[in-house]
Amino acid sequence: MRIPCPYCGPRDLREFAYLGDASVERPDAAAPDALDRFVDYVYLRNNPAGRHREYWYHGAGCQSWLVVSRDTRTHEIFDVEPAAQKVTAS
Amino acid sequence: MPWRKYSALALVWNGLTGNRDWTVCWRDAAPRDRYDVVIIGGGGHGLATAYYLAKNHGITNAAVIEKGWIGSGNAGRNTTIIRSNYLMPGNIPFYEWSMKLWEGLEQDINYNAMVSQRGVLNLYHSDAQRDAFARRGNAMRLHGVDAELLDRDQVCALVPYLAFDDSRFPIRGGLLQRRGGTARHDAVVWGYARAADRLGVAIVQNCEVTGIRVTGKRVTAIETTRGVIRADKVALSVAGSSSRLAAMAGLRLPIESHALQAFVTEGIKPLVDHVITFGAGHFYISQSDKGGLVFGGDIEGYNSYAQRGNLPNVEDVCESGMAIMPLLGRVRIVRSWGGLVDMSMDGSPIIDLTPISGLFLNAGWCYGGFKATPAAGWCFAHLIAREKPHPFAAAYRLDRYALGRLIDERGAGAQPNLH
Repeated sequence: MRIPCPYCGPRDLREFAYLGDASVERPDAAAPDALDRFVDYVYLRNNPAGRHREYWYHGAGCQSWLVVSRDTRTHEIFDVEPAAQKVTAS
Repeated sequence: MPWRKYSALALVWNGLTGNRDWTVCWRDAAPRDRYDVVIIGGGGHGLATAYYLAKNHGITNAAVIEKGWIGSGNAGRNTTIIRSNYLMPGNIPFYEWSMKLWEGLEQDINYNAMVSQRGVLNLYHSDAQRDAFARRGNAMRLHGVDAELLDRDQVCALVPYLAFDDSRFPIRGGLLQRRGGTARHDAVVWGYARAADRLGVAIVQNCEVTGIRVTGKRVTAIETTRGVIRADKVALSVAGSSSRLAAMAGLRLPIESHALQAFVTEGIKPLVDHVITFGAGHFYISQSDKGGLVFGGDIEGYNSYAQRGNLPNVEDVCESGMAIMPLLGRVRIVRSWGGLVDMSMDGSPIIDLTPISGLFLNAGWCYGGFKATPAAGWCFAHLIAREKPHPFAAAYRLDRYALGRLIDERGAGAQPNLH
């Protein structure tokens, strides 16, 4: 598996570390149902067989956090964007 | 005369009469439109559940529904190791019960599952690791499980072919559980299938579940590629795909699916008499009765439903193997394969009721499901029949994540790929 890093080009899997699902959002700690939402955020995952948005860290390259859209059945990669952009966008 | 029970006499008779009188091991049942209990997943866990449901609880109007053929998933893809060398209080009694069931399994189900208590040896490579292993061994012994802490010379007497003086990871000793070992994974599946079938359970193969019908928080039926099957109780036993099945009932689980690879070499003469694990990396090895060295290591580390792995892990496993057993370099790997494992958020399994009445869950086995097969079946059957957890599985609740009662053997936190 190779991941096309937006800064470095296509690079081998060995250069990256995996964090997990990028679709979970840290809830507002002041919300009245914050406890339930934190349980969801920390523990529950959709774990889809198919398209999955996930965090990868290019540790042996540019050291950027990336959000990769990948098919979990075939490892086909649809899209890679810097995680910083995701934060700014939301 | 048809021989239903396997015995030396049956073997001799059939050997002398052309093997005409054996009966089928299990019937290939067509699905009926209703059962009291439907178990989804015809792996070791599902079939063991069916067997103990019939034997211990008298529930025989039950079916095991399998997408492919029985044992074609993780039951046929693991490295066949059985052990109960755990540390945490919620784990030890459960896995020790599993070990005890393994010890009497073949007589119970009248099937040769090739249970071989050849000993599981965990190597340690530093003083700190020795202390950690001493603690684990003491925890095991306090729960009545056998454990022996060996020093370097004692390990050397057992397994002299290892690299004891590796400059980076010298072997300083090991923790040995003599009652641990291996069992023949396919035979476990076949044995439980035959035993469950004899008690009246239907085993339905080539029947994929496509939906779970829920009416007002109560499960009513499952939809399959061979029609709708109504049931009072539906039990999920589909580790690797638990999230997909649970999603059909609208549930999200604290689980990620990951791929785990395993390897086997060409057959060689008897060499590895035990199950040996490397303490400074992740590597475990044993020798099958056919002579192949069977080994494996870490999971791939990213969500996957691919049932195959990538090259970096192959290298990592082989490097770990070479670090303790350099003679491995002279033997060729003939096959490698991958299975899908349910990596849970604390590295421990779930055997519990769900928020949906009549829907039961057996999931989250990480890479340790095979050894748990008998006890998981035993406790899951108890849960399905009585609708309350078995005492040995009392810690494996779904709500433990919200309550903070995690069972985290590795101490890695809510990060599935670190367990």
